[in-house]
Amino acid sequence: MADNHNQGDAIKEVGHDHAHDHGHDHDHHHDQSFISKYIFSEDHKVIAKQFLFTGIFWAVIGGLMSLVFRLQLGFPEMSMEFLRPILGGWITEAGKLEPEFYLALVTMHGTIMVFFVLTAGLSGTFSNFLIPLQIGARDMASGFMNMLSYWFFFGSSVIMFASIFLETGPASGSWVIYPPLSALPQAMSGSGAGMTMWLISMALFIISVLLGGINYITTVINLRVKGMSFTRLPLTIWAFFITAIIGLLSFPVLFSAALLLIFDRSLGTSFFLSEIYIAGEALHHQGGSPVLFQHLFWFLGHPEVYIVLIPALGITSEVIATNARKPIFGYKAMIGSILGIAVLSFIVWAHHMFVTGMNPFLGSVFMFLTLIIAVPSAVKSFNYITTLWRGNIIFTPAMMFSIGLVSMFISGGVTGIILGNNAMDIQLHDTYYVVAHFHLVMGSASFFGMMAGVYHWFPKMFGRMMDEKLGYIHFWFTFVGAYLVFFPMHYIGIAGFPRRYYAFTNFDFTKSFTDLNAFISVAAIITVFSQFVFVFNFIYSIFRGRKASENPWGSTTLEWTTPINPGHGNWPGEIPQVYRWPYDYSKPNSEKDGFGDFIPQHIPLSQTPHSNLPHEKEMLERGGNNEDEIKINEQ
Amino acid sequence: MIAGNTLDNKAEFIEEPQETLSMHPQKFALWLFIVSIIMLFAAFTSAYIVRRAEGNWLEFDLPNLFWVNTIIILMSSASMHWSLILAKKDNIDLLKIAVVITSLLGFAFLVGQLYAWKDLVASSVWFAGEQSNPAGSFLYVITGLHAVHLISGIVFLAIVLVSTFRLKIHSKRLARIEMCATYWHFLDILWLYLFGFLLLNH
Repeated sequence: MADNHNQGDAIKEVGHDHAHDHGHDHDHHHDQSFISKYIFSEDHKVIAKQFLFTGIFWAVIGGLMSLVFRLQLGFPEMSMEFLRPILGGWITEAGKLEPEFYLALVTMHGTIMVFFVLTAGLSGTFSNFLIPLQIGARDMASGFMNMLSYWFFFGSSVIMFASIFLETGPASGSWVIYPPLSALPQAMSGSGAGMTMWLISMALFIISVLLGGINYITTVINLRVKGMSFTRLPLTIWAFFITAIIGLLSFPVLFSAALLLIFDRSLGTSFFLSEIYIAGEALHHQGGSPVLFQHLFWFLGHPEVYIVLIPALGITSEVIATNARKPIFGYKAMIGSILGIAVLSFIVWAHHMFVTGMNPFLGSVFMFLTLIIAVPSAVKSFNYITTLWRGNIIFTPAMMFSIGLVSMFISGGVTGIILGNNAMDIQLHDTYYVVAHFHLVMGSASFFGMMAGVYHWFPKMFGRMMDEKLGYIHFWFTFVGAYLVFFPMHYIGIAGFPRRYYAFTNFDFTKSFTDLNAFISVAAIITVFSQFVFVFNFIYSIFRGRKASENPWGSTTLEWTTPINPGHGNWPGEIPQVYRWPYDYSKPNSEKDGFGDFIPQHIPLSQTPHSNLPHEKEMLERGGNNEDEIKINEQ
Repeated sequence: MIAGNTLDNKAEFIEEPQETLSMHPQKFALWLFIVSIIMLFAAFTSAYIVRRAEGNWLEFDLPNLFWVNTIIILMSSASMHWSLILAKKDNIDLLKIAVVITSLLGFAFLVGQLYAWKDLVASSVWFAGEQSNPAGSFLYVITGLHAVHLISGIVFLAIVLVSTFRLKIHSKRLARIEMCATYWHFLDILWLYLFGFLLLNH
C-alpha cells in the first residue's frame, strides 16, 4: 500500500508498486474534509475537473473578447456605448472602442485561447483524467506534483485575469510578444504593467506545464497495469504522452526567452534591443537582436501548435473508433504519425519567420520540412476516414464533434500547405489568411476535440449524461458557425487585409469587403452565443442529467470498468489486467463468446476462443499473452 | 484473478499478462526534470551562438577563478560519490560528514562564482546598462542560472542531511540519496559543459 502521508517527499509514491499490489485493499476511504477533497485534492480526477472548469471559464472570457473586436471590425461605425458598463474607460468619449484596448483584446484572446483553454483546459483536463484510468493506475505518479501543477496554473490565471483590469491595460503586443514593442514599457500603454504581469503569469504557467508533463510521462511509462504494453495503449494515451514530451522539450525554451525579455525590460540588458529611438530620444540599448527572440519564441511556438492539437487528435481516434464500432484503421500508423509530427514540430519553427530577412536558401529548407508535415497529417486524416468507412456509426454528440474535427483538420491543413511555401507566405504573411488558417486547423480542430472529449467522458466525470439534443444544437451551430466565420477570412486575407488592424475604413481596397467582414462578425456572434447552450447543458447535466450507466458508449477501455462514480484509487478492488488491444470492436464471432460488438481490454483471450484471431490463438497455445514472443518467432 | 495454467479445464484457463516495463517513478521524474533543464541551457547557449554570429560582440577573457571553481565543483562531485558509497555501507556517521562536505563545497563554488562576477565587473564587463554588451549579459545569465540550480541542489543536499539524521537513509533506503547524487553530478556536468562552451565561444 502506498504511503499517502509521506509529506517529506516532493514526489509521492501513490501506486508505485502497481505491479505487485493486486489483492491489497487500495481504497482511500479515510474521511477527507471538503478542502482536501475538492480544493487541494491530489486525486487526478478532481484535478482534471479543476482544469476543465478553469478552462471553460477562460473560454467564455476569450470568446466574449473576440465578440468585442469582431463588432469593431464588422461594424466600425457602430456606437459601443452599450459596452461602457463593462469596459468603462476603454470606450472613448465618442462611444468608440479605444484603439489600444482593441490591441489588448486581440492579445488576450490569443494568449487565453492558446495557453489557458487549449493547453491547460484540453491537455490538463484529459491527460489528468484519462491517463491513470486508461492505463490502469490508482493515480498519477505524484499526486502532490499534480496538485501543484493545477495551483500554478490557477495562480497564473489569477495574475492574467487581474492584468485585464489594470488602468494601463493588459499586454497588447499580440500573443507572440515580439520585442521591441513588448520590451519597452514606454512603447505603448500595454507594454507597462500589463506586460510584466503577462510575463509573470506565463512563467507560472510554464512551471505548471512542466510539473504536469513530467507527471504524465512518468505515469504512462511506469504505472501501466500488467499487460498494458505500449502497443495496447489507447491512442488517447499515446497522444497525451507525446504531447507531454513535446511540452517538456519546448516550454523551457519559452522560459529562457521570457527570462531574457524580463531582464531587458526591468534590468536594462540588451538581448533583444538594438539601437532604438522612442519619441525622439535615443535609448542606451545597443547590440541586441529582436529576431533572436523570434527564434526562441517559435522554437516553443510551433511545437505548441501540436501540444494543442495532438490531444484533440488522440481523443478523436478513441471517439471515432468507439462510435463507428470498428477498430481504428492503422493503429500503428496512427502512433507513427504522432511521432512523426512530434519530431517535425521541432525543426519547422522558422516558417513563422519567412519575412524576417532570412536567407532564402534557409527558408527553402524550412519550407521543405514544413511541407513534410502534410504526410503524417494526411495519414491521420486517411485513417479517420477509413475507420468511418462502412462503420456502424452512432452519431453521439461526441462523434459529431470528432467528425467535425476531421473536417476542420483537413480544411485548415490544406491552407497550411499554401502558407508553408515561403514564396507564397511572403505575400500572405500577417494577413487574415493566416488568421483563417490557424483558427481552422489549430483553434477549431482542437476545440472540437476538446468538446468531443467532454461529451464522451462526461458520464465518467460526473456519473450523468449530457443532454443529447442540446448537444446536437451546440454541434451544428458551432460547426456551421466556425466555417462561416473562418472560410470568408481566407478571401479577405488574399485581398490583403492585414492582421491586428483596428479598422479598415481608411483604405480603398477594403471597401468591397465591408459586407463580408460584417457577415463574419454576425456569424461569430451567433457561434459564440451558441456556446452558452453547451455551458448550460454542462452545468445542468452535472446536477440534473440522466444517470449514466457503467459503460454508456460500449467502450473497450479500462476507465469504463470502474464504478460509475470512482473514488480516489479508481478501482475498489484490484485493477483489471489487460489482455488485448483497445480496439476490439465488432470482432467476427464475438457473439459466440457471449459478447456484443465489443470486447473490453480486460477480457482474457482464453475466454473468447471463437473470436480470437490466428495470432491470438498462437499466443494462447504458447500459454501466454506475450506479443513480443510471437514476433521473435516470426523473424 | 486466478493466474497461470493451474486448472485442467481448458475453458477456465486464463493466460498471464505480460509485465510492463517500469522504473522507480521518482528517479524517472528526476531525469525528466533534468531534460527540461538541459533544454533551458540549450536554448541559452544556442541563443548565444546565434547572437554572437551577428557581430557587435565584446571580446573579453573569462575570469581565472572559473578554473578554481571548476576544481571545487569536481571535488564536490567526488565527495557526493563518497557519500553514496558510505550510505551503501551503512556508515552513517561518516555519511553525515560527507554530505556536509559536499554542501560546503557547493557553497564554496557559489562564493567563487560571486568573486568571479566581481572580477568581471572590475574588468568592465557589465550585466546591464549603457556600457553593457550582450556578450557580458549572456555570461551573467548563464552562470547565474546555473548558480540558481546549484542552490536547489544544496537544498536537496540539506533534505538528504536531515534524512540521514532521522536514519531515513541507509543501505536499504538509497533512493533519495541516489537521486540527490544524480542531480548533483548533473549540475557538475552542466557546469563543465557551460565552462567549456564559454571557453570555446567567448
